[in-house]
Amino acid sequence: MSKENWILIPFILIILLIPVSGSRFYVFLGTDILIFGLFAVSLNLLLGYTGLVSFGHATYFGIGAYTCALLMKKASIPFPLAFAAAGVLGGIAALVIGFFCVRLTKVYFAMLTLAFSQIVWAIAFKWNSLTGGDTGFIGVPFPQYLDSKIRFYYFTFAVVAVSLFILRKVVNSPFGRILTTIRENPERTEFIGINVKLFQLAAFMISGVFAAISGALFGIFNNNVFPDILFWPASAEVLIMTILGGIYSFFGPVVGAAVLLFLRMQVTSYTVYWPLILGMILALLLFFFPGGIVGFLKTRLVFVKGNR
Amino acid sequence: MSLPDPSFLLIQSLNGLTYAMFLFLIASGLSLIFGILGILNFAHGSLYMLGAYFTHQFVSLFVDAPGQFWWAAILASLTVAVIGVVIERFFLRHLYTREQLYQLLFTYALVLILSDFAKIIWGTGQFSVSRPAILKGAVPILGQYFPKYNIVIILLGPCIAFTFWFIILRTRWGRKIRAAALDREMLDSLGVNVSRLFTVVFFIGAWMAGLGGALVSPVSAIVPGMDVEIIINAFIVVVIGGLGSFWGTFLGSLIVGQVYALGILAFPRLSLAFIYVLMALVLILRPWGLLGRRLQR
Repeated sequence: MSKENWILIPFILIILLIPVSGSRFYVFLGTDILIFGLFAVSLNLLLGYTGLVSFGHATYFGIGAYTCALLMKKASIPFPLAFAAAGVLGGIAALVIGFFCVRLTKVYFAMLTLAFSQIVWAIAFKWNSLTGGDTGFIGVPFPQYLDSKIRFYYFTFAVVAVSLFILRKVVNSPFGRILTTIRENPERTEFIGINVKLFQLAAFMISGVFAAISGALFGIFNNNVFPDILFWPASAEVLIMTILGGIYSFFGPVVGAAVLLFLRMQVTSYTVYWPLILGMILALLLFFFPGGIVGFLKTRLVFVKGNR
Repeated sequence: MSLPDPSFLLIQSLNGLTYAMFLFLIASGLSLIFGILGILNFAHGSLYMLGAYFTHQFVSLFVDAPGQFWWAAILASLTVAVIGVVIERFFLRHLYTREQLYQLLFTYALVLILSDFAKIIWGTGQFSVSRPAILKGAVPILGQYFPKYNIVIILLGPCIAFTFWFIILRTRWGRKIRAAALDREMLDSLGVNVSRLFTVVFFIGAWMAGLGGALVSPVSAIVPGMDVEIIINAFIVVVIGGLGSFWGTFLGSLIVGQVYALGILAFPRLSLAFIYVLMALVLILRPWGLLGRRLQR
């Protein structure tokens, strides 16, 4: 654990120093990566730690984005309150949806998360008077004290850092260990007297809260909220980020988000065929590096040093 | 709300039935592959899309031949089936021992690759294929007109369904396929070439998807994005009917077809959400689907 903390320090320094470079491009990309990094880690609490494949995680991201943006724009509620409300509502939505989903396993679990996410998407898509329908709405107001890209960057960093700190505490707590036990063998976990469904539901809810927080950040950052962020390809994308980084490492999904977003930025400036490239990356990954980038690096390090 | 003209309702319902037949062709292949190989094939919609594009491409090959459309449709669906075999033999095969998530994501990678592949070859424009000459025109039904081609589709759907039902329940191959679904190791040790059987199953599934795409090409525009639209609806069909259940898929197709055709009249705003609510309800109340076999925990 402590070794992982040492590795973190240079990364944190780089993140803190990006705005000093004065490059607007990297500040933009950095904010994007931080937001999606948190989103992917929140998904990984389910995927990597609890062993639940959610195919509708964009729902909570989207609920967070819509809640925060709508409360600020339509009800003129101050930003801190709207931001907190986004997390709370994301958690409540995850609790309600998760209540039904954790009763199922494997493909059926994935299918039900997909069904619910499509219901939420359809509501956002059709409820014109509230959500602005298929175009969504533009002009989510920046709170005044965050009204610069660099300030918002540092704000995002602070929120993401605190969230990741909490999530890491959760993962390393006895509660987190039980989640891992459930991933390894749900039946045996049940036998030793643990209410598996309850723990899965708790993980689902925590995951929903942090996905909603990242979504709320995204809505303000993007200055625009639209139904596509709730649509199922968004859920697939965050799943790809998570796997790309590596699901068996806490910071793996952040690495996955960084690599994917950076590549997309580069590739889309040359060609419109980004899905083709993404599909090939995904296929190569699944065949040759199933542990993701971090998983691959870890095995290499073990090979070099001869220990873990 | 005043009730709409009954003859209009009937036509709308027949339109739903036509759509149900296309859905059935796609979903039964999807369900077959899931039932036997245990893989939920996201790329099934992409195979359907390729079926439609190939039909458009091949129609020009048979300009003077009688039965131009049918030759093109058969050739297109067989081409798709061959692509399916290539996918199974060279890629999917190596993922059978992996976790389900990896298989699912690989088929999703195929969706991304094949959709851009189609865009590179055929561009982003719309295509349409004209109906076979003898099936042009429409038949009057209660004072409304219904296209002849759609009637043929409605009749063809159950025929294909019965053929497959017959193959799976009444032939040797079908018996092996059902055995593979139950216990592939046991079948393997009894001397059946399970690996070849899997390829055959994937061939049949892909062929049905290609056939669906070929048959839909005269009634619906061939556009990028048709792959993703159909696959989500096919997922809904198999979930409602029961994954791996043949008659369940048939029932699921009929339900989804009618919900789309009639739901849009009754609740134009809610029909989109309604179908997903139906899917969620089935999963909550009967996760194994309306006609599926009960799950073993």
